[in-house]
Amino acid sequence: MAEQKIKPMTLNFGPQHPAAHGVLRLVLEMDGEIIERADPHIGLLHRGTEKLIEHKTYLQAVPYFDRLDYVSPMNQEHAFALAVEKLLGIEVPKRGQYIRVLYCEIGRILNHLLNITTFAIDVGAMTPILWGFEEREKLMEFYERACGARLHAAYFRPGGVHQDLPAGLLEDISAFCKTFPKVIDDMEGLLTNNRIFRQRTVDIGAVTRDEASDWGFTGVMLRGSNVPWDLRKAQPYDCYEELDFDIPVGKNGDCFDRYLCRIEEMRQSVRLMEQCVEKMPQGPVMTTDHKITPPKRGEMKQSMEALIHHFKLYTEGYHVPPGETYTAVEAPKGEFGVFLVSDGSNKPYRCKIRAPGFAHMAAMDYMCRGHMLADSVAILGSMDIVFGEVDR
Amino acid sequence: MNEALNDLGEYISAAHAQRVAGFDILADELIIHSTRDAIVKVLTFLRDDQNCQFKQLVDLTAVDFPAREERFDVVYNLLSLKLNQRIRVKIVTDENSLVPSASEVFSSAIWYEREVWDMYGIYFADHPDLRRMLMDYGFEGHPLRKDFPLTGYVEVRYDETQKRVVYEPVNLTQEYRTFDFMSPWEGMLRLPGDEKAEAENGEEGAA
Repeated sequence: MAEQKIKPMTLNFGPQHPAAHGVLRLVLEMDGEIIERADPHIGLLHRGTEKLIEHKTYLQAVPYFDRLDYVSPMNQEHAFALAVEKLLGIEVPKRGQYIRVLYCEIGRILNHLLNITTFAIDVGAMTPILWGFEEREKLMEFYERACGARLHAAYFRPGGVHQDLPAGLLEDISAFCKTFPKVIDDMEGLLTNNRIFRQRTVDIGAVTRDEASDWGFTGVMLRGSNVPWDLRKAQPYDCYEELDFDIPVGKNGDCFDRYLCRIEEMRQSVRLMEQCVEKMPQGPVMTTDHKITPPKRGEMKQSMEALIHHFKLYTEGYHVPPGETYTAVEAPKGEFGVFLVSDGSNKPYRCKIRAPGFAHMAAMDYMCRGHMLADSVAILGSMDIVFGEVDR
Repeated sequence: MNEALNDLGEYISAAHAQRVAGFDILADELIIHSTRDAIVKVLTFLRDDQNCQFKQLVDLTAVDFPAREERFDVVYNLLSLKLNQRIRVKIVTDENSLVPSASEVFSSAIWYEREVWDMYGIYFADHPDLRRMLMDYGFEGHPLRKDFPLTGYVEVRYDETQKRVVYEPVNLTQEYRTFDFMSPWEGMLRLPGDEKAEAENGEEGAA
């Protein structure tokens, strides 16, 4: 019989699929069980954040950053706050910096807990998600006690953090740091040497160092490919310079290495949190320049000047001198950058959000080619995609 | 830090005297002004040169200045892991001109350029797959342009009788309110309708 060329089958994956991590629509061209081409259709969660920010004052723009990657909201506010601070040329008091770093690391654990556990459920392990979410709940309580919200915090503001921590919170965080490593160990006991987990992840979606750079990978996706690069070390911001931590790197750049990196990063985050609690200095948490940050409520009852400042800040906001900056932080998913252009008014002229997930998603086609259909789920899980930030 | 950036800027300008219009250092960040046609050559140089090694295109975006003759800035943000340095390359373009695609130099540019096309309508030449990225299938217009209204032109809802999603012109129950915060005391140098100041300026111009 003559050889026949079979037309590849087109398979529509998502947008309503539990392993699509939100609203990914993936159009796959299949040759039997093998993926020949993957075409991700994104934008189903596009809310026009960048356009909206152009129409809001600098302070009003902060909550939009919570809603990008809603798994680690404060890390993103951090990037925006740093960018505005850079343009304004202001310095954050030490206590403010430590609180920020403390909450960034809480955010990192929140993110990695969600990612690892959902990744595990995608490849067939049910239990980690039940254990992990219990810990996430505790962490979100710390969020709630500091700012009043479990997810959409709006806590990091240009100039510092909104409020000081309530009494007793640091002791509770320190108690959590003592018990949490045990949970990581338990979770590792379920996954790291699990035969099914290893079969599904080892040598799947491997990227080399050069490929990772070429595709603009950052964060764990880059470190998994054996590139020791972390913005917290390379271009330290806030008080990361004063803290001691290690950067885990992978060896083969496959899904399993990325999982291991995340596990180790959680341990390092606990270390950072402990140091922050220990070294937490006293003092103000926000810069005391009341042209930028609101005055204390008690002051407003007494001082005319404070009342005027408060009124002006919450109606007009502050004017940022003309200029532009690209400021990036090491968010749990990778480099989260804000390219901010100011024209001297009270609203950003342009605020481009560089989401790490966008670059990772772009490489989906490249990473999936030649893999089996079931592997695409593992690759997607190990990329750590949240559509809030990819679609913006 | 600043000196290193200055050296780097001078090095790049010297190597590409024809293609680089100059460089700025703003807020400790190096900005290279390149020309539209030479952008691929400049980016390739920045990637491959031993003293640069900007192996990562971290971000690619555009900024709209409608008052300018060539209204768009296209901004390339590069990162060098070796030098631990960032650099920003800028070119100017308008709605009708073609910008050479950087996708041959950096694979990550493929999606970034699709996004810029979607949001600003800047056309990239020789791009492998220039489709819309974030907006709806069949969307018209480029929403991040300054002349695109914040509320857009169409809205969607599910129609129970037709059993499908329908598109309708946007209907606002309340006008979108923008407030003018320009203050005569700060930021604003001349009041609107201030003939005296205008006359003085005119005299200066004549002299």
